[in-house]
Amino acid sequence: MGKKVAFLQGNEAAAHGALYAGCNFFAGYPITPSTEVAEVLSAELPKIGGKFIQMEDEIGAMAALLGGALAGSKALTSTSGPGLSLKQELIGYGCIAEIPCVIYNVMRGGPSTGMPTGPSQSDVMCAKWGTHGDHPAICLVPASVQETYEEVIRAFNLSEKYRTPVMVMPDEIVAHMRERIVFPEKGEIEVIDRKAPTVPPEQYKPYDTSFGDVPPLAAFGSEYRFHVTGLNKMQDGFPTTKAAVVQEEEERQVRKVEGNVDDIVKFEEYLLDDAEIVVVAFGSTSRSARYAVNEARTEGIKAGLFRIITYWPFPEKQLLALAQRGVKAFITPEMNLGMTHGLVKGCTEGKAPVLGIFRVDGEPINPGQILDKMKEVK
Amino acid sequence: MSKRYEIRFSGAGGQGLILAGVIMAEAASIYEGLQAVQSQSYGPEARGGSSKSEVIISDGPIDYPKATIVDALLALTQEAADKYSVDLKEGGVLLIDSELVTKQPKGNFKVVSFPITSTAKNEVGREIVTNIVALGAMVALTGMITRENAEKAVLARVPEAFLELNKKAFNIGYEKALAAQA
Amino acid sequence: MAFDYEKYIRPGKLPHIWCPGCGHGIVMKGMIRAMDTLGLEKNNTAIVSGIGCASRLPGYIDCCTLHTAHGRAAAFATGVKLAKPEMTVILVGGDGDGTAIGGNHFIHACRRNIDMTYIIMNNYIYGMTGGQFSPTTPHMHKASTTPYGNPDPSFDIAKLAIGAGATFVARGTAFHANQIDKLIVEAIQHKGFSVVEILDDCPTTYGRRNKFKSVIEMMNRLKEVAVPVKAAEKMTPEQLAGKVLTGILYKEDKPEYCSEYQKVIERAGGAAR
Repeated sequence: MGKKVAFLQGNEAAAHGALYAGCNFFAGYPITPSTEVAEVLSAELPKIGGKFIQMEDEIGAMAALLGGALAGSKALTSTSGPGLSLKQELIGYGCIAEIPCVIYNVMRGGPSTGMPTGPSQSDVMCAKWGTHGDHPAICLVPASVQETYEEVIRAFNLSEKYRTPVMVMPDEIVAHMRERIVFPEKGEIEVIDRKAPTVPPEQYKPYDTSFGDVPPLAAFGSEYRFHVTGLNKMQDGFPTTKAAVVQEEEERQVRKVEGNVDDIVKFEEYLLDDAEIVVVAFGSTSRSARYAVNEARTEGIKAGLFRIITYWPFPEKQLLALAQRGVKAFITPEMNLGMTHGLVKGCTEGKAPVLGIFRVDGEPINPGQILDKMKEVK
Repeated sequence: MSKRYEIRFSGAGGQGLILAGVIMAEAASIYEGLQAVQSQSYGPEARGGSSKSEVIISDGPIDYPKATIVDALLALTQEAADKYSVDLKEGGVLLIDSELVTKQPKGNFKVVSFPITSTAKNEVGREIVTNIVALGAMVALTGMITRENAEKAVLARVPEAFLELNKKAFNIGYEKALAAQA
Repeated sequence: MAFDYEKYIRPGKLPHIWCPGCGHGIVMKGMIRAMDTLGLEKNNTAIVSGIGCASRLPGYIDCCTLHTAHGRAAAFATGVKLAKPEMTVILVGGDGDGTAIGGNHFIHACRRNIDMTYIIMNNYIYGMTGGQFSPTTPHMHKASTTPYGNPDPSFDIAKLAIGAGATFVARGTAFHANQIDKLIVEAIQHKGFSVVEILDDCPTTYGRRNKFKSVIEMMNRLKEVAVPVKAAEKMTPEQLAGKVLTGILYKEDKPEYCSEYQKVIERAGGAAR
């Protein structure tokens, strides 16, 4: 028997990826261009006894998501720019209370209502800095329908493993285009569930670090009962303003992610071995970049592609290594006004020029634009 | 590099162009064993605004998912014909609805025209299958997928009660395009 | 024998943060008596709140407790309840948290008729932030942000809940302490979304700005304005002017959200986990 194949949209693949990962709870609010995720899961979740709820607004959806997750569910929400802005309040709550969940955000034009059906890549900074205060951020940026499916599974795995909200952010092109997808068999891709407590209930502390930086999480309605708050808290979950405790807890929450970048950061290197020009791209733009790199090679230009798959934590180490090895230039094509450009400049420490191609007119960056930029490199 | 073939279905929202593109791509990718990507762009209107659906077919991986130099173009409105025929490659093919696109765009491409919408309405019996008539015609004109595989893809996408209607629409479109081309 | 409140209080978490004279403690005691009457199992009971003085209550109760963000209690609780419908879910909070920043979640929880009980302690003010006017501050009353008198009209929380579709709505006061647990017992027993508004006092930020000389005076006012619904039936509109009805104001049986969702699961051919 061959594997099951289908011809799906990125958004539809995301919904099926979530189901593969064990998602049994969805809370959302309708917003273009991500609604297909909600539509598929409203049909599929009840079939497995899972729960789907359309909430009264984006904030309510994020709240219900966190409530469902605390009650033991593997929870997903889907949204787009304006909804991501609204959800930020409670994304911060998820970070400080350390509640695993997945936020699937399709990037459309912004700010504000912007261009609801136009593609963009301008939410990547919002994924890291949208909510106030220091907090960990994991954000994955798939570039194909198959990869959207797989990255949603990985997002669930990372959120469960590190007990923190994880974002998956395809641009509108990836979310709405259709490609052939091959479904993995059950067990073919690892599915990770949150670490459950092993101590007796009376000894349980929801932020007990004696098991490492990621404390085991019990579910509401189980034999464990505990307190959860959005205030800075102690290991037992109760609020504190003790300076040393607050400092250590804040650092630990960020360290959970920043201390495990090698496990979280994923990227693809294409023709980089001898590359003099390195295009750094993600999402649908990376597809234009690969096309341009192939064209350039036929013209004798030594170009390569560094494709970002994990946007946060940003692959700083890898890009610095490339810069140190010696490249003539980096090129950052992106559907925003230079968000990745600034990051690449920052982490490559001025060792090579970084040329940007920025587009925010709702049109994709085409391979010709990238090829032209390569030809500017002397 | 692999061979890349680009098809664009264009017209107005409500003409079913996105579905036509999806079926074309599905036929290539699932039934024909080729690779295909379908994408679309549209305005906020569900009906009446501009609409386009693009299909890239290749024997290898498809990087850029959008059309660049179009091999085959369907235009179901004058606006779409004027706007998109400039992207047609030399020697490409343009299919237009002869009643809706009265000013034929000029260029180094082949123009095939027949009254697509009227055919759906009068010969098949339902205007709603205009997109399937157009799809049949595009399958014939592009030659990228066999008639059998395309028909399979059509039938896999439509509700059971409308199988015969869509089968008829597809085949009439296919035949008419061949005749109009000759 | 005196009632043992400590059986539902978390060891070591008292004293509470509330000011002397605040009625929140009276409400908490009423809630604990109600929990005891119903024999609620601690592990199977979630107490959810937003932000504010009243929202600190869950921290003192030995159950699954969730102190969420400002205004969001109803939405978080909806997620908990939908994921685990077998749990008893009680929401607690104040007037500003519940009907201003959380107003949208509140009315939609009412509309869904999801089986949870919302205890709203209405003290007419934002106490924690120092006494700004809330949606229930009476017209022309003073608050730290209405130094010339409040120009806003105010919400009637019970009417708001009824209008939005809550299927059990009751009102009590912090003065009528012995009635509080009875109202909460009936509210929790009701299958559907139940709202219990408790008229409360904030001597620190509301009383002193509005010519209440003491907590006793504030409590006396609650005593004077409250009229049980039964008694009100025999009173003339003139006699009822300036009074507030207490007791069970509204009750009806309507399909409950989680039960309705269970039917969705059955229609989809799924089995509940």
